[in-house]
Amino acid sequence: MTAPPIVTTPAPSGETVATEPAGMRRVLRSLRHDKPALISIVVLVLLALAAILAPLLASHPPLQTYPEGLAANGAPIGPGHGFPLGTDPNGRDVLARLLYGARVSLVIGILANGLATVLGVLVGLTAGYLGGWVETVLMRLTDVVMSFPILLFCIALISVTGPSERNVVIVIALIYWTTLARIIRSQVLSLREREFVVAARTMGLSHWRVMRRHLFPHLVPTIIVYATLGVASSILIEASLSFLGVGVPVPTPSWGQMIEQGKEYFQIAPWLLFAPGVCLILTVLAFNLAGDWLRDLLDPTAPERR
Amino acid sequence: MTAILEVDDLTVDFTRAGTRTAAVRGVSLRVEAGERVGIVGESGSGKSVTAQAVMRLLPTTATVGGSVRFAGQDVLAYDAAKLAAWRGADIAMVFQDPMSSLNPLLRVGTQLTEGLRRHRGLSKSDARAEAARLLKLVGIADADRRLDDYPHAFSGGMRQRVCIAIAAACTPKLIIADEPTTALDVTVQAQVLDLLDELTERYATATVLVSHDLGVISSFCDRILVMYAGRVVEAGPTDDIVADPAHPYTRALLDSIPRLEGELPRRLPAIPGSPPFGDVPADSCAFADRCAYAQPVCRTVAPPTVPVGPRTQAACHFPLTLAEEVTR
Repeated sequence: MTAPPIVTTPAPSGETVATEPAGMRRVLRSLRHDKPALISIVVLVLLALAAILAPLLASHPPLQTYPEGLAANGAPIGPGHGFPLGTDPNGRDVLARLLYGARVSLVIGILANGLATVLGVLVGLTAGYLGGWVETVLMRLTDVVMSFPILLFCIALISVTGPSERNVVIVIALIYWTTLARIIRSQVLSLREREFVVAARTMGLSHWRVMRRHLFPHLVPTIIVYATLGVASSILIEASLSFLGVGVPVPTPSWGQMIEQGKEYFQIAPWLLFAPGVCLILTVLAFNLAGDWLRDLLDPTAPERR
Repeated sequence: MTAILEVDDLTVDFTRAGTRTAAVRGVSLRVEAGERVGIVGESGSGKSVTAQAVMRLLPTTATVGGSVRFAGQDVLAYDAAKLAAWRGADIAMVFQDPMSSLNPLLRVGTQLTEGLRRHRGLSKSDARAEAARLLKLVGIADADRRLDDYPHAFSGGMRQRVCIAIAAACTPKLIIADEPTTALDVTVQAQVLDLLDELTERYATATVLVSHDLGVISSFCDRILVMYAGRVVEAGPTDDIVADPAHPYTRALLDSIPRLEGELPRRLPAIPGSPPFGDVPADSCAFADRCAYAQPVCRTVAPPTVPVGPRTQAACHFPLTLAEEVTR
């Protein structure tokens, strides 16, 4: 083992790096030292590629049912035998469905969850900062939405708008913002009493600018943690909706749907649950670790790791 | 001379759980253009609340009475838009703790340029150049590069310099400095005061300096207001007040400043007791319980503010200057 060299910060010589390359360099350097984050980003990129390139990677079309994909007693067959990850109870190729399902699940996980995050932050920030009747109206609205039974609310909305990917995204966003709105509001309540917020007001900045420039950066760590965890929840809500027949219309594969279906066949065909389950776990883990890294990167007071 | 700030019979009450507590009880003050006025008093004397009332920073639980006029305009009647246009451009504030009054997550340059962009309508690059000039002006070396640093990369004294640069950015007519040196080392205090002195001199900015430290106030201000329990107990030019305090409270404050010359006292004299907490009965002098010269009348009649010298006023039944003349 060699002793680690003593690292000293280079003395600021007159010509140091300009702002832009320094930022990029910081990103790369922190990635080099944060292996889990690096792996997570690679995983996320691979997932995205798999979803985009699904038609090239899949050996079978995802919706095709194969008679030879079912055993004599009608049970799905396991991995191998021409189907790399086995088949499902309808005799369809699990790998193909997994790849195509990534499209739906990632889109829903990112889009629905992203929309919910934006909504939650806007409501929480406005309510917490402005207070008064604005806060009362917004937070009571939050309470009302929270008090709805989630699935009933979704079913009601979807049955009006009709099931489609777009509507599933909107509906999930509409129910999922409330918790974040409450968290953000409570943080803003304590932040707005801090002296730098008062100082910003004495400079005559508008409410909007104080919220956007002075409060928002303090909320980023919370938002990142909540949003990355929310990816999983959104994908699972979509699964429940699909299970009830109001999610993504039926033959289109999604991970949530596959998990729902796999649960029933768990004892005879565990791969049905494991394949999408492992993908979901990997996705969520990768989002979380990448989120942690991003949070540290954005914190100017965090000590730089060597 | 024209008055920049005229505060007349300002009262501030805080209502909490149904009970009203008076924090400021009839404060009047006048600041001429370019003048430096100090407000001195113990914790809880209402000096900071007075400053916040002028800036319209008080929470909604506060009831403000009396009038605050800035360059002839009624500040208490300003709406949100007027307030935002006024703050930062015509009036600015420096706070006590530069650690907490700068946003830790924003670059110093961003915080400096905000006001410039908003009030002086400068472009991004112009604002940045101006910010660098300001930073250099307050004595920060390598200003151009330091603009990209975050507040934690500055020392306490440097942060307060940054805060002063932010306050002075749009050359306001009045800067209110609320205990600007209290959180700093003594040596740094002097530097920060010098800087404030230099800047306000250069731009002929009027200053209201709020402090509990009569030493700081007397070295900086043209005029002093001594506050006690929400009232101005003595007011006048610095020289007159320091040389010949009329109110026993002012006298006691002066006596408790350590001196270099003369015979050393065994113990530094302190004012016995503590300032009244909460409401003070309207029909007595709030200082009576701690006053060495208190008479029965001090506990039954509130002393009116009367002239006690050619240019000073005090609210005391037995002003020391008069008492000395009588005994002489």
